Amino acid sequence: MAEVLVLVDHVDGEVKKVTTELLTAARALGEPSAVVVGAPGTAGKAKETLASFGAAKVYAAESDDAASYHVAPKVEVLAALAEKTSPAAVLVAATPEGKEVSARLALRTGSGLLVDAVGVESDGTVEQSIFGGGFTVKSKSTKGAPVISVRPGSVDAEQAQGAAAEESVDVPAVDAAKAAKVTGVEPVVGGDRPELTEASVVVSGGRGVGSAEQFSVIEGLADAMGAAVGASRAAVDSGYYPAQFQVGQTGKTVSPQLYIALGISGAIQHRAGMQTSKTIVAVNKDPEAPIFEIADYGIVGDLFQVAPQLQEEVAKRKG
Amino acid sequence: MTNIVVLVKQVPDTYSERKLAETDHTLDRESADAVLDEINERAVEEALKIKEAGEGEVTVLCVGPDRATDAIRKALSMGADKAIHVSDEALHGSDILATAKVIAAAIGKVEGVDLVIAGNESSDGGAGAVPALLAELLGMPQLTYAHHVSVEGSAIKVDRETADEGITHLEANLPAVVSVTEKINEPRYPSFKGIMAAKKKPVETLTVADLGLDAGEVGLDNAWSTVSEAAPKPPRTAGEKVEDDGDGGTKIAEYLVGQKLI
Repeated sequence: MAEVLVLVDHVDGEVKKVTTELLTAARALGEPSAVVVGAPGTAGKAKETLASFGAAKVYAAESDDAASYHVAPKVEVLAALAEKTSPAAVLVAATPEGKEVSARLALRTGSGLLVDAVGVESDGTVEQSIFGGGFTVKSKSTKGAPVISVRPGSVDAEQAQGAAAEESVDVPAVDAAKAAKVTGVEPVVGGDRPELTEASVVVSGGRGVGSAEQFSVIEGLADAMGAAVGASRAAVDSGYYPAQFQVGQTGKTVSPQLYIALGISGAIQHRAGMQTSKTIVAVNKDPEAPIFEIADYGIVGDLFQVAPQLQEEVAKRKG
Repeated sequence: MTNIVVLVKQVPDTYSERKLAETDHTLDRESADAVLDEINERAVEEALKIKEAGEGEVTVLCVGPDRATDAIRKALSMGADKAIHVSDEALHGSDILATAKVIAAAIGKVEGVDLVIAGNESSDGGAGAVPALLAELLGMPQLTYAHHVSVEGSAIKVDRETADEGITHLEANLPAVVSVTEKINEPRYPSFKGIMAAKKKPVETLTVADLGLDAGEVGLDNAWSTVSEAAPKPPRTAGEKVEDDGDGGTKIAEYLVGQKLI
């Protein structure tokens, strides 16, 4: 069975959830080989998780350069492995960095680039959701093995035992004139809440929340539900909540089982980031708010009355 | 003197309904209002700030159909010095890889480029990969998703900020490719004087052949990927909407229980 190269998304060897989704998607195309690019010792830490999601091989591309230069080392390693293994496809997370790596790789290997797939079929055809979920598209590579970036949260990760046979590969030397050096990192402090794009429930607040302090109402409900917290652009622009939590055209696209919109009017740019959610519940004072046009269940009312009551009900049911 | 090329793109306004053409699944440019992509205004603003901090020249580069001239004029009216507009029927349906090759070839027409500045991703295609591809094609370092840029002599420092990686501090030497996020600055409004001056600024129009590229490398038929199906998603329909009578939270809870969501 042909190999499928999967670029492992990790922070210092801690495997991100999207990698388990990529390995799951890869199994439809062939035999997944996980590619770990990072500082020495990274692959060892990642191996157990990679094995439990079906990685037959783990290519360990470890060097100091691999960690200290941006994007370029990952492209170099994948290009060398693609040449060596003639994979059926290469899968990368559709994160900002993943999309950059995959595009450069496709150019390098002369392959079709398929961006931000929400589904991958066994023949390498992918499904994409574009214009903020307004259109569904199917596309495929017409030249070479496809290089596919897969949207985090769009594939349900399923465990499968893999041999995870480790093989170390060289990290080609980086030309310092062609790559930016990483001089420091400040990772997102995630806290205890689930990652926005990975959460099965998202509770979001908009301009109607009124202040940064009052966002505690959103957070309280989110915590009771084990949900991630999101914010509309209006709330972020007003300084109520940090930009990393923005949902919408210029923020993150989420597609959870349940999306609860509190005090969000539902401008088209916000809807573009959440309208593919399975179930949408909205609370807004304005009965004419466009969010109600796409909500499965809506309450016309004051979020400061409704949200705490809902929080109490949820807590009661959890016992 | 810093010689800067800024990439701009005309896109369908995100406020209008965006569609794909039924015949070849390419962007239906006629169905929606066309605007300069908002992120490009920030790219132009950043280029102008770098120019104004020292000396420099800002060239606007746009690949797109004839009507993209409007987007180019807007960038010029903000204060860019000149423009290159690559327009050619043969480009219709080009994939992102071919598009990047065209842009790279056009950048090659500008002598002694120090900095290429683009938006991090367009609001229509949104692949977020053109700046990275240009770095690959031009053999320059990429410093992308910048929310802060500083240029000192031939050194460039960028704070990259993305929602899932956090902040990454990057350093490289010019020439380099930079992409900016929407958090980087507040773009200026073109002044009346700027709008008048823009009408007289030079816009060089180039075809694929002018760039030394073969028409067989671009366009829909030569794309390395193809769209086999495209369909609009059925619009979501409004569900139940009730007035809060003091039991709104309880009603939501009951609804969620019914849906087996809690």
